[in-house]
Amino acid sequence: MPDPGSAGRFGEYGGRFVPESLIPACAEVEEAFRQAWADAGFRRDLNRLLSVYAGRPTALTPAWRLSAELGVTLLLKREDLAHTGSHKINNVLGQALLAKRMGRTRLIAETGAGQHGVATATAAALLGLSATVFMGEKDMARQELNVHRMRVLGAEAVPVTSGSRTLKDATSEAMRYWVTCVDEAYYCLGSVMGPHPYPWMVREFQRVIGDEARAQCAAELPAAIPDYVVACVGGGSNAAGTFAGFADTKAQLVGVEAAGGAAIADGRVAVMHGHRSYAVQDEHGQILEAESIAAGLDYPGVGPEHAHLHDIGRARYVTVTDDEVLAAVRRLARSEGILPALESAHAVAWVIRAAEGGELPQHATVLLTLSGRGDKDTATLLEVAR
Amino acid sequence: MTATIAGTALGPHLRRRRDAGRKLLAPYLTAGVCENWTDYLRAYADNGADAIEIGLPFSEPVVDGPTVQEASHQALRRGANVRDILAELRRVRLDVPLAAMTYYHLVQRDGLGPFCANLAEAGVRGLIVPDLPLDELGALEHAAEAAEVDLVLVAAPSSTPARLRDIAQRSRGFIYAVSVMAPTGVRAELADTAGQLAARLKQSTDLPVVLGFGIATPDHAVAGARDADGVAVGSALMRAILDGDTPAQVGARVAALRDALDRAYP
Repeated sequence: MPDPGSAGRFGEYGGRFVPESLIPACAEVEEAFRQAWADAGFRRDLNRLLSVYAGRPTALTPAWRLSAELGVTLLLKREDLAHTGSHKINNVLGQALLAKRMGRTRLIAETGAGQHGVATATAAALLGLSATVFMGEKDMARQELNVHRMRVLGAEAVPVTSGSRTLKDATSEAMRYWVTCVDEAYYCLGSVMGPHPYPWMVREFQRVIGDEARAQCAAELPAAIPDYVVACVGGGSNAAGTFAGFADTKAQLVGVEAAGGAAIADGRVAVMHGHRSYAVQDEHGQILEAESIAAGLDYPGVGPEHAHLHDIGRARYVTVTDDEVLAAVRRLARSEGILPALESAHAVAWVIRAAEGGELPQHATVLLTLSGRGDKDTATLLEVAR
Repeated sequence: MTATIAGTALGPHLRRRRDAGRKLLAPYLTAGVCENWTDYLRAYADNGADAIEIGLPFSEPVVDGPTVQEASHQALRRGANVRDILAELRRVRLDVPLAAMTYYHLVQRDGLGPFCANLAEAGVRGLIVPDLPLDELGALEHAAEAAEVDLVLVAAPSSTPARLRDIAQRSRGFIYAVSVMAPTGVRAELADTAGQLAARLKQSTDLPVVLGFGIATPDHAVAGARDADGVAVGSALMRAILDGDTPAQVGARVAALRDALDRAYP
């Protein structure tokens, strides 16, 4: 998984499709990131924060009972144990440090489920920056707890009332807002999407998941490398970070999308939110609203590197339904005592289906990134239970 | 209506008018915003527009402020789509050239060549794609040229001098100068950056420079046209249309803009 070059291309995907007004800002972020990433001092500062603040390395937990039930060896990479409860903190600490290095005083972000918003509010508080987080009104209603967390942390949470009032509209609004304050604000994008260098930069900040997991698998598995590496995909940052650690191995990479918003399974090539990739659209090319019980996965597009990995056959992308996801939440909770985020439960649901359906060979070894914890989803689960 | 001149390129038409001493006025309309949307085009043309910018609505209008977003969503809710819009335009005969404004997603979806050819066939001879910067123009520049559609490039207050030179060199028809670092929309004051950008562009090109974003009133138009060759007016007109103004009422707004420009720059 290489450096996408100055044009930011992953095969035919990626690029920088933004208004002329934002081009200098994107170029400045790219230049700053290239310098920072090559700077041992920056890497040291980031690694220290990841270690003493975010709680890295996160554990690799064998799912003992579920593995026995399914006849496979399932290892969980526990991003749910990272500070703020999801993998989002890895990327945000990296970008917030970069923003400081660039002399910026404010972070702008978009958020769907609220996890990226909470992570951004957290990093802003830690580093003495202010934060403005755009969130669809619909997502705000179903993730009230995270909205409150952001505000307690000192961030401004701005409801977005346009379009479908979800993540895609929050992303558009954050980009519009960025234009108005590029000189003092840094756009802290939450996934492997947006204009170059974001898809690449976010993958690099998330590759800590894959690198750690690879070393942990080497200690845990006789063959060192798992047969399958599985992660859920909305924009796809936890999957991109996980896959990056195993790209040069023979492990089969599997990305799991929500059936109601499957950009790769059901989408077509699109140019949206600064990059070319796949997105779900109607017959006239209008982007459709995606539906998923997980607010973080109802984004109708996907990061450009995933589109490329799909095209070249290095990763495959599958879908699971909301019902399968809910069943997976209960099963993991009751067999392992771990309540996964609804997003992460997509990956669990596919492993259960593939193992029980015979698609996974007996004794297959599976690494699954549990991208976040399910506390934020208890209101949704309660509603479903009623 | 008189026979269409929409089939001729934008550039020569605007240059001729500019060279005759006239300040250019380019009003914007979101296609499909209401059933009689083409009547507004006629009102624009009859009241002093030099070119008309036609927005082809997209679900993710990232460059647009609240008013044009609302207009786009209203058009989409009515079922507007590029194919039907172009079919309706084929039946319209105007005496001003038309330029489409839309997002790159809709342009590339069925292929750049077919998209540009369809525009030209409908009499639209200019194309503005605000989310397609210089660096990504590539194939569209060639497809537009082959279809004899002027690909109008956008310049911003943040553009570097080198980029402004490239934009001036590669733009066709005119240059769209964005007055302010913000989305489209009505503002109380015209930004200081507006005149500065127009003046910088005028130093490096003979192409007409049309200033847009935030120009709502006759006073704005007059101020904006001081350093530029003309102005584009979008949200102020779309707000009126969304609020129920008839074509005649909106035509009167265009006439007021025209009149102010003509008085200020006789």
